[in-house]
Amino acid sequence: MRLTGKEIQQIAMLARLRLTAEEEARLTEQLDHILQYMGKLNQLDTSGIEPFGYIVETINPMREDRVTNQAKAEALLANAPAKENTFFQVPKIIE
Amino acid sequence: MNLAALTLHEARQKLRKRQISAQELTQAVFQRISDTEKSIHSYITLCPDTALEEAKRADTLLKAETNPPTLLGIPIAVKDNFLTAGIRTTCASKILHNFIPPYDSTAVEKLRAAGAVITGKTNLDEFAMGSSVENSAFFSTRNPWDTSRVPGGSSGGSAAAVAADQCIAALGTDTGGSIRQPAAFCGIVGLKPTYGRVSRYGIVAFASSMDQVGPLAKDVTDCALMLETIAGLDHADSTSANQPVPQYSASLSRDIEGMRLGIPKEYFVSGIQPEVEQAVRNAVHHLEKNGVVIEEISLPHAEYAVAVYYIVATAEASSNLARYDGMRYGHRAHARDLTETYLLSRAEGFGPEVKRRIMLGTYGLSAGYYDAYYLKAQKVRTLIKKDFDDAFKTCDAILTPTAPTTAFKIGEKTEDPLQMYLSDIYTISVNLAGLPALSLPCGFDSDGLPIGMQIVGQHFDESTILGIAYAYEQSTEWHKRKPRL
Repeated sequence: MRLTGKEIQQIAMLARLRLTAEEEARLTEQLDHILQYMGKLNQLDTSGIEPFGYIVETINPMREDRVTNQAKAEALLANAPAKENTFFQVPKIIE
Repeated sequence: MNLAALTLHEARQKLRKRQISAQELTQAVFQRISDTEKSIHSYITLCPDTALEEAKRADTLLKAETNPPTLLGIPIAVKDNFLTAGIRTTCASKILHNFIPPYDSTAVEKLRAAGAVITGKTNLDEFAMGSSVENSAFFSTRNPWDTSRVPGGSSGGSAAAVAADQCIAALGTDTGGSIRQPAAFCGIVGLKPTYGRVSRYGIVAFASSMDQVGPLAKDVTDCALMLETIAGLDHADSTSANQPVPQYSASLSRDIEGMRLGIPKEYFVSGIQPEVEQAVRNAVHHLEKNGVVIEEISLPHAEYAVAVYYIVATAEASSNLARYDGMRYGHRAHARDLTETYLLSRAEGFGPEVKRRIMLGTYGLSAGYYDAYYLKAQKVRTLIKKDFDDAFKTCDAILTPTAPTTAFKIGEKTEDPLQMYLSDIYTISVNLAGLPALSLPCGFDSDGLPIGMQIVGQHFDESTILGIAYAYEQSTEWHKRKPRL
């Protein structure tokens, strides 16, 4: 199997990463190399094997439905790239 | 006497006997940092002012308390992927270069509650993705034993800081070996607890089914003191375990005679540096002479661990890192519309290795490839865990090298990601199975570089591996050597 630049660009779009032409070329080659290595898993017959679930079986912990987090709007907004009053400012999302 | 060179338990004794003050100790550590940091570059952010305030408060408490908390007045360094309230937390990424967390991670909160003095935030591979700290967006950290070499990674800043006496002990995280491999490369002790033993709340998520918090320290006793401070159930992390936390430091000295130690035959094959193999084999003989029963075991799926890990870890990472969208925090690019804002913020904010892993993870999870990669890997992960379950039917712990080589040169592996991934070959299967493991010094190679060995235990049985490590350490001198700086 050989990856193509087009496939790399499709994956990059899914991952919301804009790639330069140089990155596209390099990632095509590197991912191809790495995926070939991962192909060694196909040497193993895994029919009838359950996929891994949890390290330690746990049960869902239940708790009272109470508000425990403190209002820290100011501290949270302090890291905002853009804000207005007590809101995060984001690019327009509907036309 | 150089106070910065003290171990945690030595410093603790001296503080309690009032032979030294927390302020003297903290000042000595910052003096050491200013003397050595130019050649090591362990820290991204230093906190001398708040540290001295904390030390001053500790001194007041030390005078008042008859039974002070474990870490009162002890200078501790924290890897820069732990959220620290009011202290910049970058994860060594441009995308978080100016991020100031509004709260503390649980592990840091517990350090503070135990009276620790936080010296600063240490360097790492961006988002803890790497084995050398060369993936930090800011600068590389140097190995204190040879500054032309890497300290290991991703907790390389913490490991180098401990080895260079720039702190008394440190916190790190370990997803595929990120505590143990740098501990081995820097000649110190590093422990990755059982998955669920320490809360992950407030550490920047990389691969959530494997990430675990643990200590890097100057000896086994220090590791035990750190672990008993940070371990335990936390309702803020639904995967943290409801298991009793023993006082590890009180039960280190145990009889190891008759303990059964498994040596996996698959771990001593191609690619291992002969001096590493020799040092680990010498340690095995040493333990055998002290009454440990050595048994060859088999972990038949060991050779598939790297492939499984880099499918599972990248899949989880691609999902976890979707949150960096430039909206509520982190870098936001100037762009024409929303989609382009996402595309450019992430393109500008992430470095090459993080992009590579997001791409791999997205590929492995995408329609048409999910069954062949992610599902297949999770099935093989079941087999890898079963290998360990089977091995533990006949042994109490497993001993292996921590890494196939000693510290490599800066730049040696940066061009070939797969070669870098293979340097984690002995550590990652432990994360896939969620087991506890520690690395401790067991020799030096002909270049004077430290060699580490790994002891793997059963789920929630950190006590046994600490006990074996302690017995070995007490009868050897490796941990006493210091790098010349």
